[in-house]
Amino acid sequence: MSAIAPAMPKSWYVPSKPHKFCPGCGHGIVLKALGEAIDELGIQDQAIFGCDIGCSLLSWDFFAVDSTQTHHGRTTPVMVGIKRSRPELICIGYMGDGGGYSIGSQHLLNSAVRNEKVTLILVNNTNYGMTGGQMAPTTLPGQKTETSPYGRDPETTGYPTMGPEFIAALTSDSAYIARGTVSKYKQLKKYIRSALQNQISGNGFSFVEVLSTCPTNWRTNAQQTWNFLEDEMEKQFPVGELKNPLGKGEK
Amino acid sequence: MPKVIGEAKKSFMTGNETAAWACLAAGADMMFGYPITPQNEIMHYWTRLAPRYGRGFLQTEDELSAGFTVCGAVQSGKKAFTATAGPGNVLMQEPFGMAEAMRLPLLAIIQQRGGPSSGTVVYSQQEVTLTTFGGNGEGMRIVYSTATHQEIYDYIIKGFNTAWQYRFPVFILGDGYQAKMREPLEIYDPEDRGIEMLKPYPLIGLEGEIGQSREPQHLCNIYSLEEELYEVVMKMAAEYESLQDSLVEYDEKNCDDADIIILSHGVVSRAAEDAMKILRTQGIKAGYFRPITLRPYPQQQLRNAIAKSGAKIILCAESAYGQLDRLTKQEIYGETIKMENLFMPGVGIIDYDIVDKVKSVI
Repeated sequence: MSAIAPAMPKSWYVPSKPHKFCPGCGHGIVLKALGEAIDELGIQDQAIFGCDIGCSLLSWDFFAVDSTQTHHGRTTPVMVGIKRSRPELICIGYMGDGGGYSIGSQHLLNSAVRNEKVTLILVNNTNYGMTGGQMAPTTLPGQKTETSPYGRDPETTGYPTMGPEFIAALTSDSAYIARGTVSKYKQLKKYIRSALQNQISGNGFSFVEVLSTCPTNWRTNAQQTWNFLEDEMEKQFPVGELKNPLGKGEK
Repeated sequence: MPKVIGEAKKSFMTGNETAAWACLAAGADMMFGYPITPQNEIMHYWTRLAPRYGRGFLQTEDELSAGFTVCGAVQSGKKAFTATAGPGNVLMQEPFGMAEAMRLPLLAIIQQRGGPSSGTVVYSQQEVTLTTFGGNGEGMRIVYSTATHQEIYDYIIKGFNTAWQYRFPVFILGDGYQAKMREPLEIYDPEDRGIEMLKPYPLIGLEGEIGQSREPQHLCNIYSLEEELYEVVMKMAAEYESLQDSLVEYDEKNCDDADIIILSHGVVSRAAEDAMKILRTQGIKAGYFRPITLRPYPQQQLRNAIAKSGAKIILCAESAYGQLDRLTKQEIYGETIKMENLFMPGVGIIDYDIVDKVKSVI
């Protein structure tokens, strides 16, 4: 039986493969979609990939594109600084829900308001994975985490942050805003590609939240993992495009 | 690039205005900043001047963002700077730490205000410890403490070159008095003084096709293993230490026969020099020593001054409660000279404050 080599995007950095994400983690799917989108748009040599601290950190040498790793929550301003200095570069910030919605929320909010021409991809797995499964801004009501061991109580800790919705409310019509999920790969890739195209076209701020899986910290098996993603998470976080200045013609 | 200044000219301006002109003359491409007193007018002048010379500016959402956007700009190959003070300086220690770790040649102008906390918006020398050793690192920075507007101008020009030559973050440590007062200075184009401004270069966003003519750049500041970090820090420390002799700057007067050495830095050194002159006219053999670089510290030069003078006392005068004093003691460990102090945290020091103190301790 001959081995079938997995189709690897050209923009992936082969020496860092296999990657270091946990089995069942959704990051690999998001990064594959991003890699294919980079390939299709032919931007490998102009792209700057910036990653946050958290599980997203493990992507610091994931791509064969110029990359920089920042601090927790600070990927957005680093990407903004690069884009403002070198507008010809395509700046892609990659972060988790803690980095984007909690410690770095001021950067996300204000870069959206200023319509910064960067593309931010935020992976939502409803918890802080790297630090051991604490409650995140996106943790679902009733969901158990290390810092909400009896389940998240909205009375004391609020409801999950609805990122794309609040960013859509802050941005002009030239922003691209979407929420995808690793359970719908083709759609996710289309969203990421559109978010990059929107930056390439010089329109404005581009943001994709991606619903993703964390079986290690959720303590779920494969079936339970997928059920949590498709049933629980997608009920709380509606998947779809919230703003698309590119129109329906973009495929 | 068109000349910014043209003919060198005498000017009469505030320290903040001086700083903006110096950054312009030094060829800075970008400023990122967030309002905080007493540095605001650096932004005000920069925002007026920058578009005329094709330079950029962004007012960020906070000092964290200002510091990190500067880090990004520098990584992409632009000469970038920021300016801050007090609690803003506290927040910026996070991006300054990244600059230290990743050897990013940023330049930051610190106009010290009173502390702790919000303190005052006016003046102090209380950001010495923070600026020299802030962050969760080892203080691998270069800190110039200026005393006059001419020095603000000169050291900003020099500072950009130091940053880009050695790739350690550079700080121009001023204060609210220097920021706000007006005094004469001469502004000039560096070239006219034979100063070649180093060209910045990118660390990412490089020319060439990845996989064909070059490899991708992967910059990081976190390591999986203790040993990896250890090697990085030890290499950095060795390099920093090897540069100390070429980086340290200081000013020394009348230390050859001094019975007491007045030690000060920044704007206080102007009062210290006047105090030394007054004391000399009164027959008291006072000397004057001023570190211009607080990091690295001219410790050998101060040790030499102590040795050759045979002075028995150092009087450390500062507008802080012992930050220069503590720094100096760790730098000249082993010296047995007595150290007296004049600590006036957050307020100005004039010549007679020092004269009176000297007389009370000798």
